[in-house]
Amino acid sequence: MQPVLSVSGVDKAFHLHLHGGKHLPVVEKVDFAVQAGECVVLGGPSGAGKSSILKAIYGNYTVQAGSILVRRDDAIVDVATAEPAAIVALRRHVMGYVSQFLRVIPRVPALDIVAEAAREAGLAPDASRRRASKLLTRLNLPERLWALPPATFSGGEQQRVNIARGFAGEHRLLILDEPTASLDAINREAVIELIAERKAQGAAFLGIFHDIDVRDRVADRIIDVTRFAPHSERAA
Amino acid sequence: MNDPLLVVEGLAKSYGGRMGCADVSFTLEPGEVLAIVGESGSGKTTLLNLISGQLPPDQGRVAYRMRDGALRNILDLTEAERRFLARTDWGFVHQDARNGLRMGVSAGGNIGERLMGIGDRHYGKIRDVALNWLDRVEIDPARIDDKPGQFSGGMRQRLQIARNLVTNPRLVFMDEPTGGLDVSVQARLLDLIRGLVAELGLAVVLVTHDLAVARLLSHRILVMKGGYVIEAGLTDRVLDDPQEAYTQLLVSSVLAA
Repeated sequence: MQPVLSVSGVDKAFHLHLHGGKHLPVVEKVDFAVQAGECVVLGGPSGAGKSSILKAIYGNYTVQAGSILVRRDDAIVDVATAEPAAIVALRRHVMGYVSQFLRVIPRVPALDIVAEAAREAGLAPDASRRRASKLLTRLNLPERLWALPPATFSGGEQQRVNIARGFAGEHRLLILDEPTASLDAINREAVIELIAERKAQGAAFLGIFHDIDVRDRVADRIIDVTRFAPHSERAA
Repeated sequence: MNDPLLVVEGLAKSYGGRMGCADVSFTLEPGEVLAIVGESGSGKTTLLNLISGQLPPDQGRVAYRMRDGALRNILDLTEAERRFLARTDWGFVHQDARNGLRMGVSAGGNIGERLMGIGDRHYGKIRDVALNWLDRVEIDPARIDDKPGQFSGGMRQRLQIARNLVTNPRLVFMDEPTGGLDVSVQARLLDLIRGLVAELGLAVVLVTHDLAVARLLSHRILVMKGGYVIEAGLTDRVLDDPQEAYTQLLVSSVLAA
């Protein structure tokens, strides 16, 4: 079976023009694959490049070498070299991303932020709102907040809106960057359940979870990213 | 992938000895929102005027996919054809709404004008469409007979948008659409534009110096400096991982609120 995601030979570095042209290698020769129905967790200390790897896969970061192949039906898209429009389409239909922080859109209510992701996946407006309500209920976001823009919500409430948005689409590959970081035990449990359900439906997950309990319960495999440390650092 | 809606090849323009823009090429897909960013004098407005046929280039070509599917060089169109295109299949949202509206004509007249331009003559029907559009851009339909001079800046800008979208254009040019408006008014306008663009599947070429506006509205970005496109790509990639020194400077110079 062709994996949903296949990363090979990826190098990521930053070149800081404003700081004397400093070249900052982050990871080198990143190599792994994620199958449908599998949850792969990236492990390693802070600063080892875990988030950078996720951002490169989502197309948010440029990579200097290698390929990031994402399966879309019968076609394969290489995020490393694809045109912007192809990545936009991939994000709409295939891969979703849940970051630690919600990028708040002025004036848009929480329910609409979540429903928008379902609409982008092709659901009708009514069905999108129903799905959004269901997710917000499962994540215990009080209904009185649904009609409000999340700008004034607490960190945990914003994160739950973010998670609901991430799960509202029909993505077959979900990238999760610390989705449970500021959640209490009940809501962590809700996220673990959502992941298990979507895995059972064949979705693939790639994530970062610092909470060891959560990580052990969702991970099928843990990849230690220190093995992708840049050569220059390994020698030091 | 669809056939591109707009194909721009090797565009160049100079004013006397001074360069406006040079060597600009890109394509735009249907439904794609492209932001052109850069500081004052970077050439972004010159580029917008070239692409929208308002300024003849010294070199290069701009081709547009007509509704019949044919890709036509806009410079080869007759003046009548180009005017027809500009008031049916294209829209142009100016920074100063006074340049895009008829200030002496009522709000309803401003919206209805483009419909009459394509042959609509039924007054009651035109008025109904205008009422509907006022509502869509969040202007009280009771204001239909008021002139734009009686509106606030934000309302005028929303009226200009309604006037442009009433003919279901496929491509809309926007020049700093939120420039000069109060921040709270900007947020409402951005949200409205974002919603309409998604709902109507519009392709947009947006000129802005505001990177937050580009991030919110666009899929793709062109960064201009000294008349050249120095960096281009997926909007969040260019803003979060800029490659060129100048783009890194632009991005790092924005104050986070």
